[in-house]
Amino acid sequence: MRIITSIIVGAALLLTVAVAQAAETAETFNAAYAKAEAANKKAGELRNQWTTTVAALKGAKKAADEGNFDAATNLAKRAEALANASIAQTEREVKLWPDAVVR
Amino acid sequence: MMRGLALLMALAMLAGTQIARAEVTASTPENDFKAFRNFFTNKFPKVPLNDFVNGPYSMDEGLRKQWIAKEDFPPYDFALDHGKELFEKPFKNGKTFADCFPNKGIGIRQNYPYFDDKTNEVITLELAVNQCLEKNGEKPYNYMKDDMAAVTAYMAFTSRGKPFDIKIPKDNPKAVEAYEKGKQYFYQRRGQLNFSCASCHIQAPGERIRAEVLAPALGILNAMPIYRSEWGGMGTISRRFTSCNSQVRGVPLEPQAPEYRNLEYYLSYMANGLPVSGPGSRP
Repeated sequence: MRIITSIIVGAALLLTVAVAQAAETAETFNAAYAKAEAANKKAGELRNQWTTTVAALKGAKKAADEGNFDAATNLAKRAEALANASIAQTEREVKLWPDAVVR
Repeated sequence: MMRGLALLMALAMLAGTQIARAEVTASTPENDFKAFRNFFTNKFPKVPLNDFVNGPYSMDEGLRKQWIAKEDFPPYDFALDHGKELFEKPFKNGKTFADCFPNKGIGIRQNYPYFDDKTNEVITLELAVNQCLEKNGEKPYNYMKDDMAAVTAYMAFTSRGKPFDIKIPKDNPKAVEAYEKGKQYFYQRRGQLNFSCASCHIQAPGERIRAEVLAPALGILNAMPIYRSEWGGMGTISRRFTSCNSQVRGVPLEPQAPEYRNLEYYLSYMANGLPVSGPGSRP
């Protein structure tokens, strides 16, 4: 009985997560996209944007235009993560590059 | 006794750190030049110094044989003819490129880039070509290929064999700053693949990256502009720098951005004394 209850509860939880994941809207996409764009703009000011960030942003916009806000939001979040990684790379490398100089 | 020894050791370690720091801060273009040259001549003792300008052909015997065969009918020949024609053709105002350059633009490639004390910026040959066009009311060329590659190919050809002679005016700290920024750009990693220029051209010259044999950084600009089989046509230094950025998944800067001009200044200074071999051809 316990096992059956656990299975039912587990399935219900999975269903809830799936429903929640499929619940991206134009608003959640816009918020994610704005954050990604801001991070990529900062990377641009540091002169170190990544082509993969630009591609993810483009893909996000395209998916949103097609009304697929789940994919669009996912891509926007990916773009933000990539942009943040490029910023971190620049901040790290500004300190580390002298170690690579031939002496 | 033991305490005294420990204190001495601590002091020695501290002094060591300070000396190491002093070495870093004491880096000068002259010291960099010596270290850079020694690095390559020690790493490749069998490569004659002037041969480094031939890039991958100085590193790989098979490629070298193909290149020598190709030079019977060089793929950059058409660009040379076109470049000569453009160079000599009068602008609408009757002037020509010869009016913009020292020695009428002949045999001067080895002096570019130079640091302009008036504008406090690095002037590359490609920039000077477009400045000349604009000064004479002409439309500037695309920096990447076609007419720009053709004119600079012709100018390089008239300078073949002349040793690079790049100067860093000591009385202008801005010139040293531009050089240092170029050096930083060369060694700083970027792009999603986390590569710097040095990752390929210092750490791995002669090695393959996919099918390509990597060229050494020493003399890497002496053959520019080049006909590149991969491009199916001619390309300038601007094209080379921007495509390197793309290859490491970085968004390229605009051609002739200050960063690229500073990089060219640094690399060209490192190549001082090595002959102009451009225009060249590469796989």
